[in-house]
Amino acid sequence: MAQHTRKGAQFQAVTANRLADGVVVYLTAENGWSESLQDAEVAEGKEAGEALLARGQQFFEPGNLVLDVYLFEVEKTDNGIRASSVRETIRQAGPTVRRDLGKQAELAGVHE
Amino acid sequence: MYRYDEFDHRLVTERVEQFRGQVARRLSGELSEDEFKPLRLMNGVYLQLHAYMLRIAVPYGTLSSRQLHKLADIARKYDKGYGHFTTRQNLQLNWPALKDIPALLDELASVEMHCIQTSGNCIRNVTSDHYAGAASDEVEDPRIISEIIRQWSTFHPEFSFLPRKFKIAVCATKNDRAAIKVHDIGIQILKNAAGEIGYEVWVGGGLGRTPIIGKKIGDFIRREDLLAYLEATLRVYNMQGRRDNAYKARIKILVHEIGTEEMKRLVEEEFAAVKARGALQLPDAEVERIKAYFAAPAFETLPDATPELDAAIAREPAFADWVKANVTAHRVPGYAIVNVSLKPIGKPPGDATSDQMDAVADIAEKYAFSEIRVAHEQNLCLAHVRKKDLYAVWQALSAADLATANVGLITDQIACPGLDYCNLANARSISVAERISERFADLKLQHEIGRLHINTSGCINACGHHHVGHIGILGVDKKGVEYYQVTIGGAADETAAVGDIVGPAFTEAEIVDAVDTIVKTYLDLRKDGEIFLDTYRRVGVQPFKEKLYAAH
Amino acid sequence: MQLIKNGKFVADEWKHVADDEALPEGAVIVSLQRWQKEQNLLLSRGTPVGVQLKSGEEPSLIAEHLDRLALVALEFPVYRNGRAFSYARLLRERYDYKGEVRAVGAVLRDQFYFLVRCGFDALEVRDEITPEIFAESIGTFTHPYQPSTDGAEPVMSLRQRLAAQARKAS
Repeated sequence: MAQHTRKGAQFQAVTANRLADGVVVYLTAENGWSESLQDAEVAEGKEAGEALLARGQQFFEPGNLVLDVYLFEVEKTDNGIRASSVRETIRQAGPTVRRDLGKQAELAGVHE
Repeated sequence: MYRYDEFDHRLVTERVEQFRGQVARRLSGELSEDEFKPLRLMNGVYLQLHAYMLRIAVPYGTLSSRQLHKLADIARKYDKGYGHFTTRQNLQLNWPALKDIPALLDELASVEMHCIQTSGNCIRNVTSDHYAGAASDEVEDPRIISEIIRQWSTFHPEFSFLPRKFKIAVCATKNDRAAIKVHDIGIQILKNAAGEIGYEVWVGGGLGRTPIIGKKIGDFIRREDLLAYLEATLRVYNMQGRRDNAYKARIKILVHEIGTEEMKRLVEEEFAAVKARGALQLPDAEVERIKAYFAAPAFETLPDATPELDAAIAREPAFADWVKANVTAHRVPGYAIVNVSLKPIGKPPGDATSDQMDAVADIAEKYAFSEIRVAHEQNLCLAHVRKKDLYAVWQALSAADLATANVGLITDQIACPGLDYCNLANARSISVAERISERFADLKLQHEIGRLHINTSGCINACGHHHVGHIGILGVDKKGVEYYQVTIGGAADETAAVGDIVGPAFTEAEIVDAVDTIVKTYLDLRKDGEIFLDTYRRVGVQPFKEKLYAAH
Repeated sequence: MQLIKNGKFVADEWKHVADDEALPEGAVIVSLQRWQKEQNLLLSRGTPVGVQLKSGEEPSLIAEHLDRLALVALEFPVYRNGRAFSYARLLRERYDYKGEVRAVGAVLRDQFYFLVRCGFDALEVRDEITPEIFAESIGTFTHPYQPSTDGAEPVMSLRQRLAAQARKAS
């Protein structure tokens, strides 16, 4: 799988796609999967990031709830958690060319 | 058009059942994603950024009104009410749930459609000319042999695990609207002096990371031998194509590495052996059976002069603009070919809503023998329309927001889904196409510029065919930021060429201005009667470079 | 690992022998290299000999030896590598080979149908494969579109045959 975080990233979260419908989800502190990036648990530093990823992967194979689990870089801001890359920003919001579709049309706390 | 018989129906139904079992095994956890991935890919199911994506095959780009209505229904019921027509004449749905796909496939099967071999390392949907049956210089309707190839290649036991995907395109006119020279195999239908049909075979064309124009290896393969010839070519590729590196696995790399002459020798040697066995010889009766499905519709005998059309053109400038850009000559007097642009100004290229699909299906039913074509430029086409009905067709299309008068002009762009949808993309392509379209929205300016194809891809895989755009734009990622590399001078037609890179990439903010500069440079340099490509071929890349990078 | 031969789950009477391994009693499958080196010795034992071809080792390399080989095993290093589908067809159709053609390595249950169509009569399969799974895979499609090694009548000729029958009947 392609790398979606970077060495030295301070804050990271874990994302995946839900198996049954493919919807983008984020690993929460309660070991659940939320559709909103704002519910994601944010790990600080390399080791915490790896531990978070390992936790996400527990819910990957045996339960088959989600697929394509990976870490990505985020920023903590006054307005909540923001994805750092264009790609992850689009994933948490929806297509930039169809603002009427996807999470941006359905959820609060989505950023463009 | 072709209709399934009991055998075609049965095979598609059996395939749906097989996939239903595979999805159930995946959802129950019996299959891991690693095990399931190749299975879903063989049925056109990808995982994209926001959701799964399903690619539905539209064989050689021909649809009936009934089929298009069904696609509209499916997009409403299982997706978000729209679909994306692709450069391979297919339809992609961007949001289907995996759990719903078996039911969706049942519905597709009910109108003789499927997702078979729309992905995976197998022989993909055969593509062809969207003017099939309507072009005046056509040797034979290319869909006849396309359908024969479709059947031969479906679940081919030997060629379902090729080194890489394999795309075949068929063309039957001098003007190549099927881009045969940038396909793994391109077939040009010919007629010899004795009036017999035969095929010129081009091999090893392709885009992607290493764009290459195909090489001719067969001059006139006789009709009854074509499947044997294809089988021989595929066998050589299957055995000798590289499997050590996915980027070097396409047949174009094999042809490039061993040389065209050696490829030709290997294919001919294999061809002789396959032919001698005789099992693949195409019986005339089967050709005739399939040919009957593609018989011309019941054209009326009409005068070519159509006073009511001329009057409407004179009366209504917007209609006149549309006729000028979107309507083209038909082989039968009194008829015309209507291109339906899916490139409204400032909107995603190739997208159509369910309501628009229904509208086109209805219009086709009323005015075009219930037949719709998908063009590889991501437009739709009504191949047979009476000239006297053009005004009514235009009005009906206008009512559905489908009468953008820009076919072949600068705002008629090809773009892949890019980073707005695609898991592989490095940069957005649709948003770039939208902004270019807005910049050149003025129709008078578009006609002034003339025929100019801009193709944009969001990554090196080149789904947006950027290499063969007159202007090509490739999105690249530089440390999480989108940049755009520009090529000029590409062409996908009978003069196929790979564009030349103009220089360093542009930022998202600069790219539209860069295109504008290229267009202005061309307008300054062109001689009477030249289109962009002519001027480029005359003057080369240098004048464009100078203007583009002068300020830097 | 289990062996399916002509559609039946059977005991495997053949032994795969590594290049540096001493030859055991009975029927053995050796690499192409060992066959080329020890052909006389292998044949002198009076027990059946099979050769395993790796991906990239085309059947033409043993075309002259096929009358002495009771088995040719074709290796699938990964399921995606489909070269051996062509190799099997060449063995059967080009060289008219009548011995056992065995699929070895990484094959998926969803490939059994293709393997059999290409002339494999023996498949080494993973332990979880049951006769039911095998039957389901083989029976996926009733009529194929194209002629292949298995002799199944392709749709094209079925259509012509049925049309001819219908003409006769009317």
